[in-house]
Amino acid sequence: MEFTTFLWTTFAAFLTLAVFSFLYKDNPMYKFAEHLFVGVSAGYFVIILWHGALVPNLFKKLADGDWYLLWLNASEWWYFVPFILGVMMFARFFKKSSWISRWPLAMYIGISTGLAIPLEMANRVNRQLWAMMEPINWSSFWGERYLDIGSGYSELLIFVGTIAALVYFFFSKAHTGAFGAVAKFGIWTLMLGFGASFGFTVMARISLFINRIQFLDINWGQAAFDASGTANENYHAGFQALFWAVWLIFLVYAVFEFKKYLNSKDKPSQPESTQA
Amino acid sequence: MNFFSKLMQLDRRWVYLLLVIVCLSAYYADFTVPTIVENETKAIYDFIEALEPGEIIFVAVDYDPSSQAELHPMTYALVEHAFRKDLKVIFTALSQNGPGMVDQALRDLTDSLKLPKTYNGIFYEGKEIVNGVDYTFLGYKPYYAIVITAMGQDYRILFPSDYYGTPLDSIPMMKRVHNYDDISLLVDISSGSITDAWISYGQGKFDFPLALGLTGVMTAQYYPFLQSKQIMGLMGGLLGAAQYEHLADNPGLAKDGMRVQLPAHLLIILFIIIGNVGYLVTRYRERKI
Amino acid sequence: MKRQLPLILVFVFGTLMVIQYFVPHENSETVKGFLLDWIVIIGIFALALGLWSLVQVSVAKINSRKENWEYPLVTLASLVMMMFFGFTAITEGASLWSYFLAITVFLIALWMFLQGFMGQAANRNMKLLSGLGLLIVFSLLAIFDSSWEFKFYTAEGLTNQMFVHFFDYIMIPLQATMFALLAFFITSASYRAFRARNLLATLLLIAALIVMLRFTPGPWGEYLAKTSAWVMNVPNLAAQRAIVIGIGLGIVATALKVILGIERGYMGKG
Repeated sequence: MEFTTFLWTTFAAFLTLAVFSFLYKDNPMYKFAEHLFVGVSAGYFVIILWHGALVPNLFKKLADGDWYLLWLNASEWWYFVPFILGVMMFARFFKKSSWISRWPLAMYIGISTGLAIPLEMANRVNRQLWAMMEPINWSSFWGERYLDIGSGYSELLIFVGTIAALVYFFFSKAHTGAFGAVAKFGIWTLMLGFGASFGFTVMARISLFINRIQFLDINWGQAAFDASGTANENYHAGFQALFWAVWLIFLVYAVFEFKKYLNSKDKPSQPESTQA
Repeated sequence: MNFFSKLMQLDRRWVYLLLVIVCLSAYYADFTVPTIVENETKAIYDFIEALEPGEIIFVAVDYDPSSQAELHPMTYALVEHAFRKDLKVIFTALSQNGPGMVDQALRDLTDSLKLPKTYNGIFYEGKEIVNGVDYTFLGYKPYYAIVITAMGQDYRILFPSDYYGTPLDSIPMMKRVHNYDDISLLVDISSGSITDAWISYGQGKFDFPLALGLTGVMTAQYYPFLQSKQIMGLMGGLLGAAQYEHLADNPGLAKDGMRVQLPAHLLIILFIIIGNVGYLVTRYRERKI
Repeated sequence: MKRQLPLILVFVFGTLMVIQYFVPHENSETVKGFLLDWIVIIGIFALALGLWSLVQVSVAKINSRKENWEYPLVTLASLVMMMFFGFTAITEGASLWSYFLAITVFLIALWMFLQGFMGQAANRNMKLLSGLGLLIVFSLLAIFDSSWEFKFYTAEGLTNQMFVHFFDYIMIPLQATMFALLAFFITSASYRAFRARNLLATLLLIAALIVMLRFTPGPWGEYLAKTSAWVMNVPNLAAQRAIVIGIGLGIVATALKVILGIERGYMGKG
């Protein structure tokens, strides 16, 4: 690993730890990291939009025109239209003329909703209903294995569960009597679904933290100590020094916070609020 | 104040510290958890395994660094598998910070593919993957539903050139490739509503085989599409990534991370139990008073 | 004109797209291709509005000089730096020192301008003049320094090593770690919020437990894995299908309301 690469990795590790320090409490390092992120990501987006969309999709299309003719003599001169419509969006900045920006917006909304109606109907509603209406596997109703997904009772449960959950969502009629009983089965099904979702969510959240541990250990820690398997011909003591320097920053901060805590304990402070 | 009400008012920072201790000690401990491969992941692996060399798969990398923990391992394992099988890959990134993710993955994969390796008992020579020959990275455009629809007609409508600015017509592997008809499989690895657009605007209209790699938070929501055959496979969260790594015999960060998941989950379950016991006890006492 | 024309535009374009779906034709496909391309171009300009408001908010905060006013400077500086990296290409093998010098000069010049235009300081003209001077130095550097150059029209900036490093070593760790905080929040929430108050909450917790423990080693784990596969593929599927259908109908209904001009929230006030 080159030393400059390690320098960058160390900065990344510092930022990682700075964000984690927020778990103790908000502090200057976290604020720095937060504001840095906003700026860098906005700048990144500008560049991606410029090089990725504006240049190839608009400027290059009008490139063979002349600016003093407003590019109207370009071979694909019709790209002037979206250009003007796009510029009209900037009318939002001025209160008096902000209504002009509604025209391009209306065009966007018209096209995207028109696109959505048949496709959402076909793929979210119709095809799901089709799949629900598949005949049930009566020949092997109890299935061949423990909790067989292809068994008849599973398929029946899917059908009944979906109908019941849809009934639960139907609020125009009071959930009483037989209708209420079906709705109740519906909410049971929904709860099992939400539970499964929740279980997966816990896994997802934890894996985000695990990833950071892996980064700090594999990309940073192991590189700093030249662990076996990552032969590093550029290795020197500077790697370790940097590694410890970052930890020192956080150690100093921790001591600072601890002292503040001790001071606040000594002084007779105002009675703590009783609100939990 | 009794023990349980004290427990209920424990500072959250102690809870955080416990999670850190459990995760770190699990990370450095030496143990494994079984990887039980599920059908929804195996379907994707088998599909790619059955493709002929030279066929094109489309990998839509629709996630930001926020979900890289779960989704980067999927991209790495799946794309490496595809390249080792001599498939060609088209990438897009329709998420705002997605282009950087593809860029990073391609740099890492170019390095790891140079090494000869044996997967599932089959030896693969190391090879140089070349931009424009083995893969094309189309890049980012905003408004994904519209982009997905337009690509059904021709990639060139919205992507006259690739991410690096090379016109699509001068890229060797894109010469005869125009739209979804020319690809064998589309894998959407995604952390947001772009997946819905791939299902409704992409697969629903142009009818190509669609496989999904999703964050754990989203996974449960896409099972209906699996049964209705709108998608052919589904990888959910780090677990799905670990399963793919297991199938491809290419263990990476996901398989390593699943180890740590188990103690962390047990800790959370313990917290739920303690929380509930405390809740029941305090409720019982309040009733007595 | 102010309100009618947008309504008509939405109706016309919306209906056209619906008709196009049911009656596809080669010519209409071509027109559709153009419309989609145009819409994306128009949309880019809309996204630029967001950038402007970010700059405005940051400058206002700096100007107010209230507590923590320094931090928006970090935002603005990193924004400018990222854009500078994206618009420049570094000559291969060149030393980076003059490149860093140029961006530093540019940033100080902007800071001078910001103080000159916005501040209440007495020496405003001095600030403006020094800003102008630094800008001239920067321009000279841009013209005569051969180790880097501006590239607005070609995409070299995307492979500029500083641009890539800023993404890899700043954006990735920051965004990934900010979301990793959620791991702690969900743990704390599991301690405080998930109570088996009634049958429904208990059902939810049982399903969650099964899914969370699906990769436990040993024979228990195997059963849990099978049970969790069943939970995902049967009750969960039924529940999610009802939600998918519900949302689908919701989307279609809202879209119809928009096309027919019943729902006009997108137009704002005025």
